[in-house]
Amino acid sequence: MKIKLEKVDAITVMYIKEDRLDANNSEELKEEIRSFFGNEKKDLVIDLAEIHFIDSSGLGALVSGYKIASTLHGSLKLSSQQSQVKSMFELTRLHRVFDIFTTVDDALLSYK
Amino acid sequence: MKNNINIIVTIPKDTRHLPIIGRVCEKVAQEINCAEELHKTLSNNLAIVLTEGLVNAIKYGSNGQLDNEIHFCINVTGNKMVIRIYDKGIGFDLNSIRPPNFTKSRLEDKGRGIYILRSLMDEVKYHKENDWNVLEMTKNLAKSDSIYL
Repeated sequence: MKIKLEKVDAITVMYIKEDRLDANNSEELKEEIRSFFGNEKKDLVIDLAEIHFIDSSGLGALVSGYKIASTLHGSLKLSSQQSQVKSMFELTRLHRVFDIFTTVDDALLSYK
Repeated sequence: MKNNINIIVTIPKDTRHLPIIGRVCEKVAQEINCAEELHKTLSNNLAIVLTEGLVNAIKYGSNGQLDNEIHFCINVTGNKMVIRIYDKGIGFDLNSIRPPNFTKSRLEDKGRGIYILRSLMDEVKYHKENDWNVLEMTKNLAKSDSIYL
């Protein structure tokens, strides 16, 4: 899975450089998130701008990350959902669980 | 609605091939006689329904034999769309699958696939047909809100 990590103060932004998040690559994302929180880092923004298709496995990887963040009293926030991704979050009611922002900058501002 | 589409596709039992599904769905959606602005939504919905169904077949479709393929067909006649996914695996009990827990404190990583199918389609059935497990999903395209996600 292609990802790019960027640190902004104490927050890390994970840009997912894939157009799909599905059963084929969701385990890799799960591992990336697990590894991030395993390194004693606490706050993560995942930018979904390039994801145009997500399935239940992709949602599951993000939920898994959310649970790890909660357990460690950290945070996992999302930004830049495309329309299909937004619809899937609404359908599965996960939009009520995650803090979701229009842009990465908005997500970063929420930590101020 | 004048539609008469019948497509049968065979793919290897491997999640690497899932992106192909999106392209098949785009083509099918283009062929369906509906308002132009709805084609994109229809294509997205078809792609998610097929992806969830196929991933399910890949997960439960392994029985140790050399049946490394999954077949699916999309049939649209008039307003009725029927999608069938065939595999020869161990199968599962559709009726035992409950909706996911939506409570924040009780979230599960898994268990949303069938819920998504049931939400987007009018009817979801699972049965045996000779040696095949068949996941059959039906949708009435004439219902006003039927193709919105």
